[in-house]
Amino acid sequence: MNPVMAESPAWVRVALIPFLQLVLALAISSLVVLIIGEDPIHAFQVMIRGATNTDFGGISNTLYYATNFIFTGLAVAVAFHAGLFNIGGEGQVYVAGLAVALLCLALDSTLNAWFMAPLIIIGTALFGAIWGAVPGYLQARRGSHIVVTTIMFNYIAMAFMSYMLVEYISKLGGNSTDSRYWNAEAVIPKMHEISSSFPYSLLNPTILLALGVSAAVWVLIWRTRLGFAIRTVGSNPEAAKYAGIDAGRIIIITMAISGALAGMMAVNEVYAAQSRLILNFPNGAGFMGIAVALMGRNHPVGIVFAALLFGAMNQGGTELQFEIPSISPQVVLVIQALVVFFTGALDQLLRGPIENWFQRRAIARSQQAAAQG
Amino acid sequence: MRAALKKMATAIAMSAVAVAAQAEIKPSVIYDMGGKFDRSFNQASYSGAEAFKKEHGINYTDFEITNEGQREQVMLRFAQRGYSPIVVAGFQQAPIVAKIAPQFPHLNFVTIDAVVDLPNVRSVIFKEHEGSFLVGALAAMKSKNNAVGFIGGMDIPLIRKFGCGYEQGAKFVNKDALVMQNMTGTTPSAWNDPTRGGELARAQFEKGVDVVFAAAGGTGVGVYQTAADAGKYAIGVDSNQNYLHPGKMLTSMVKRVDLATKNAFEDEKNGEFSYGLQVLGLAEEGVAWALDEHNKGLVTEEDIKKIEDIRQKIIAGEIKVHNYEDTGSCTY
Repeated sequence: MNPVMAESPAWVRVALIPFLQLVLALAISSLVVLIIGEDPIHAFQVMIRGATNTDFGGISNTLYYATNFIFTGLAVAVAFHAGLFNIGGEGQVYVAGLAVALLCLALDSTLNAWFMAPLIIIGTALFGAIWGAVPGYLQARRGSHIVVTTIMFNYIAMAFMSYMLVEYISKLGGNSTDSRYWNAEAVIPKMHEISSSFPYSLLNPTILLALGVSAAVWVLIWRTRLGFAIRTVGSNPEAAKYAGIDAGRIIIITMAISGALAGMMAVNEVYAAQSRLILNFPNGAGFMGIAVALMGRNHPVGIVFAALLFGAMNQGGTELQFEIPSISPQVVLVIQALVVFFTGALDQLLRGPIENWFQRRAIARSQQAAAQG
Repeated sequence: MRAALKKMATAIAMSAVAVAAQAEIKPSVIYDMGGKFDRSFNQASYSGAEAFKKEHGINYTDFEITNEGQREQVMLRFAQRGYSPIVVAGFQQAPIVAKIAPQFPHLNFVTIDAVVDLPNVRSVIFKEHEGSFLVGALAAMKSKNNAVGFIGGMDIPLIRKFGCGYEQGAKFVNKDALVMQNMTGTTPSAWNDPTRGGELARAQFEKGVDVVFAAAGGTGVGVYQTAADAGKYAIGVDSNQNYLHPGKMLTSMVKRVDLATKNAFEDEKNGEFSYGLQVLGLAEEGVAWALDEHNKGLVTEEDIKKIEDIRQKIIAGEIKVHNYEDTGSCTY
């Protein structure tokens, strides 16, 4: 790297650029909204109010969606630090849902929520970890590319879970493709059940788990030997080997951690929010984690904020569809896709020029200072 | 002049009152995932609601579910705003109705394809096995190779119910008929995979199948296209899909979800909403085989007579059609 090259200031990298990317995405979205004959300003007002209001559950539902995205975003980020692209979040979440179902079906009439919740957290993490570690093993020891294997594992998970649901779990008292509701005693209450000052929503204390896990991921990646090994393998596996790190072992461990993080999304969705196992419950949240990690620059703080944004778009999109019926879910999807596009796929479009400008300015200043000095 | 103005004002006021009186019923529909333009199940609810709107000039509100988190939220919002009836399409929404409906005893709910036993809920289910039996019989009558095919969407009990009825119908006409059954997949994408639908149809044709019935949502479009290209017969599902390939679609197994929706709206309007279970089979014309200008060249008078005869026998109970969902298996 050029030693003269100064980094652009942090506020530019983490705040200004994502903000401008968002503005650009919304500007293009406005055109789409205009084409279908609606007022874009009004539409965005509905969306923002829908995602942030406190009187009919907007902010609560935003936080509920964000909880899911924090878990899947962290999962992608941790794998990414080891240079692995974990596309298998969807399958890891799905299989972790089975852990919830097994535990609840077996124990929800004997244990209360205080005993159940820790078991569920361990169970989901374990199932997710197993589903992540197998592709990790195949990558590390058999050379099968992680992208291919994790994608294939998503399909295996879906087929396996459909089979389990239709053939066994639904027959224990649920509908044809769902489980029964878990016994309310065994489930952690939702926020509006804890205190009536919260409006009705699916938000539940799992968000605290998500924030705690985010902090733990930060510690893991930047403050532990394992984290150092993960980052070393990520930046150069050959060098890692030279430094005495068993890269294969680190890959397997990283994928297990990644899978465990994704799996914990089932705590929010299957255990607390829906309180039953539903066919296809991840519904793309695993894939959304990729966009969240990308936008959050693989840093837990960034991921929490990116998850909030995507949660707000989900909730705001629902309200938009609700208030302006001519805006169909497909249009909402287009708006969401544009945001992903500009913040993720086209990241360098704005980032490159803006960072260059700040760097040139910094260099010019230092040269000026040198000339004067 | 002033008198004329006054007259006009009263006329406007009166029409406003009339509008207000009509606006008192606020019907609504919540579609399941797949969306209201799926050309199949959800679209049938949509066209029922549209027909009601056209006939009575009363507007309705609708919502397309795109993720699980929305289900409760949306139904609750509809209820809080006093929409009634709330027609809920799709069996996956039933547990949510069971949760929301008791909180709003003054509102009416309708579940389609699912049973929720509550005092303010009407549950409408269809005897898909009877309708499938009928088109299975027609398929076997029309098959030159004595081989008919079934292509399901996602492998779930509801779809096996279609397949099972179809098989019984085909075997009723010809005991030795070969009935090939394939499911498109085990994930929800199986509802919208026309390419794979086409491949499955081609594989069945290679084994001699010459009539194929698809109960597979958007996947069916690929099945019908392949059949039309290969010069084989296809049978549509849920909505009347004969028009998709005029002269090449043998018939459609129509499920009158549109009527269920329209009737619910109308009963609410006339103040005669009823509750409890409605099972719509051949007798109630809730399921039927579609005969229109697009396929009338394909079936002879004799075919029609035979099918009508079978239909009457099923209604009279002389032919018993086994329902897959009763036993979880297709042994009859």
